[in-house]
Parts: sequence; C-alpha cells; structure tokens
Amino acid sequence: MSARYAFYPGCTLHSTGVEFGASTELVCQALGLELVEIPDWNCCGASSAHSVDYRLFLALPARNLAQAQAVGLEELAIPCAACFSRLAAADLALREDGAFRAEMEALLGFTYEGRVRPRNLLDIVANDVTAAALRAPVVQPLAGLKVVSYYGCLLIRPPQYTGQWDDPEHPQSMDQVVGLLGAEAVPWSYGIDCCGGSLTLNRSDVVVHLVDKLVRAAHEAGAEALVTACPMCMANVDGRQLYRGGSPWPRPAKPDYEPLPIFYFTELMALAYGLPMQKVLGRHLVDPRPLLGRLGLG
Amino acid sequence: MKPDLTFVEQVSELSHQNVRRCYYCLRCSAGCPAAPFMEYTPAQILRLVQLGQKEVLLHSSAIWLCIGCETCGTRCPNEIHAGAVIDALRQLALAEKVPVGERTVWKLHEAFLDSIRHWGRLHELTMLMQYKLTSRDLFSDLDMGLAMFLRGKIHPLPQRIAGLEQIQRLFAMTGKDVEVE
Repeated sequence: MSARYAFYPGCTLHSTGVEFGASTELVCQALGLELVEIPDWNCCGASSAHSVDYRLFLALPARNLAQAQAVGLEELAIPCAACFSRLAAADLALREDGAFRAEMEALLGFTYEGRVRPRNLLDIVANDVTAAALRAPVVQPLAGLKVVSYYGCLLIRPPQYTGQWDDPEHPQSMDQVVGLLGAEAVPWSYGIDCCGGSLTLNRSDVVVHLVDKLVRAAHEAGAEALVTACPMCMANVDGRQLYRGGSPWPRPAKPDYEPLPIFYFTELMALAYGLPMQKVLGRHLVDPRPLLGRLGLG
Repeated sequence: MKPDLTFVEQVSELSHQNVRRCYYCLRCSAGCPAAPFMEYTPAQILRLVQLGQKEVLLHSSAIWLCIGCETCGTRCPNEIHAGAVIDALRQLALAEKVPVGERTVWKLHEAFLDSIRHWGRLHELTMLMQYKLTSRDLFSDLDMGLAMFLRGKIHPLPQRIAGLEQIQRLFAMTGKDVEVE
C-alpha cells in the first residue's frame, strides 16, 4: 500500500524520544506510508502552555495546523501522544469557536479551512493499515515476548479532543498491533494510568511512586516489558526505574523489583520487520537488548 | 474564610467548564493519580470553587500538582474537566501574583515556555539550565541528565525556527510577552 500523510514530529522525536523518531521513519517506510514533514513547525506547548494560559494552550498548536494546511494533505500524522492531544484540541477550538478562529487567522495570516485532520500515528497504523499489510513485512516474529500495552493519558483522553479512535477506558489498538507482530500482549489493569508527566523533574517523588506502581503491576501480569506510544511515558518509565530523583550523592535506594524495559510500539514493529535497531535500542536507559538476546530476537 | 461570590463564575468562564454542575460524586478524585499528594483532591477543589474559596485555592499546592492526565474529565458524569478548572486556577494565581504553592513546578513551566519563546521549539539543555538556576534545585538528576546526554538524547545547541516572530505574537496576545534578544 502507499499513502501520504503530513507529519508533525514534535520536539521530542529529535531529542529525548529519538528512538521513537528513528523507528517511526523506518517502519513507515516499510509500510509504504510517506510522511511529509510540515515546514517550520513549532512546539505544541506540551504540559506547560495549558497549565498557565488557556489561550496560549490553543494558539501554539493552532500555528502548526496553519503550517500543516500549507502542505495540502488531509491527514496529519503525529507520533507523540501529547502533541496529538494539543493539536486536536486546537483544531476543535478553530472549528467551533468563531472568535478564536478569527483571532488566529489575523495573527498568523492564514484562513482556516478545516480539512487537515490531526491523527495519532498509532491510530493510523492500527486503523488505516490492514492487519495483512502489518503482518506482511514480519521476518522475525516476536515469539515469546510478553508485554503490557501502556497507553497512558493523552493518546486517548479526553475523548472530546481525540475523537474516540479507541476506547478511552479500555483501549485495544496497541494490543492488536503487538499481537500481529507475534508478541503476546498480556492483560493488566494499568494501561491507562498516568506516569506523572512533567512532574518528573520537580516532584520526582510523585513520578517514582506512579512508575513503581506501573512496573510492579507489569511484573504481576507476567510481562517482561512495557510498550508505549508516548515519549513522556518512555522518559518517565525508562528513567525513573533507575534514577530515583533527589541528589545523586548518596545514591537513593534502588526499587524492590527488577527494572523492566519499555519499547515504543514502532520499535517492536521495526524489530519484527528485521530493520536495523541495535543502535536505537542502545539509547534506552533500561537496556532492552539482554531480554531480546534471551529470546533470540536480534 | 469569607467567600468570594463571583469566584465560581470567574473560574467557569476562564476554564470553559460549568463548575456549578458538580454534585460531588468523587469519580474525579478516585481516579486522580496526584490526589494522594494533594491537600485538596479534585472534587474538593471543585467544591471550594463553588463555595468561593478563592484565597485558599490560589495559595494551595494542589493546583500545581495536577498532571493534566484528563482522567477526571473523561469520567465526570457532568462533563466537567477538573483539569481545565485547575489550569484556570493556576492562571489566576499567576495573574494575582500570589506566592506559588509549588514553586519548582512553576519554575519548570516558566523555563519550558521561555524555551518556546526563544527558539520556537523546546531545547532541553538551555531549558534545564534555566530551571536549575531559577528553582535553586541544582544537583538533583544530574546523573540521569548525563546518561541521556551521552546517549544523544539532549542536543548541545538549540535551533531557532524561521517563524519565531509569529510565536512572539502569540505570546503577546496572552499578555505574556517578554523581550527576546
């Protein structure tokens, strides 16, 4: 198959979420999804804009929608869960709030046409690509790999913005994709719980508490890894199992469980498709390569 | 404390949420990941808004601990997004210049937004340096930062977008414009 999407990478795909960026590129190429990066995009405002100013929360992503409109494609692919949620919120505001639309059009010099639809990359992979097309490039089925799908918050919440492409209380799309790759997505009860988001640097105690809850639950479910579609979830779950916050000297106590690796769903796809992933996987803080080695997945 | 009888209207308008509709079923507080750390849970915050307890709320630490995970808004039978209400309370606390209940949380948001204002995108290294200096929390997480830097996850140099002038116009619209060198 072949399809073209406008593409908003967001800030983290080139930095803290570099594994998401690299694996997204490889996987979309393998599936024949052409991503056309929107020109001169800006940060969506992430967790900070909405926290302190309602209009800034919508205005920053609105500029990206204006930039995306210039690409001329109707679907806008967004890998990051938070970016997706912000752009979807801005699109809804531009659509429904005439005063806000007029203000943005005047400030940004564009006319909102409402024909660019923000979509999360997981939505595109799970719903635009057929199961057969997802399975076709598999050369190394992920047999024996037991994971829990960790959806987190902004991928599917709030449903008013995200458009209900998956159930906000019982999402299944990541479980399906992972299953098609030959891995086993085991059931657990924490798939939509929060990782603590941007409190990671200033209230690391909150994030450590939440990450511990997630990883203990994943262990309990019999999983050996978590799968995510969000760079913030990755940073928190990957980082806070090892780095417990506070001053590094003396080192804070280690958690009472074995740290579990966490993958982007695109990394598991790239692995199953036999794409070169060793270097990308080496950038995780909890190194997933020993687990993959044990299962004979190179 | 003496109630501010206009407060519920003010917050409802700013947050685009009808706070009066809350009948205190507690689903928001039950699902809130930050509730164990808050002195007022989301349902209590909504109730305090209804009761006009402006001073109590604007000085609270709880309003700075909301992560924005939207569990409350997704589950509310009255379609109130407590997260959006809390966003509005933070906005009011900053506008009224009250001492911020969780100073480091605000300093991180400030550094993050300054990064967007300066570059158009987030640049982690300069953002973190500003945060460290302004929060006076100099030494925590240096080990994690170094590990990420060594793995190529934090870039040494920022990139400025071409349309930065538009970004500044958006900040100016909110009254939060600051000189950019």
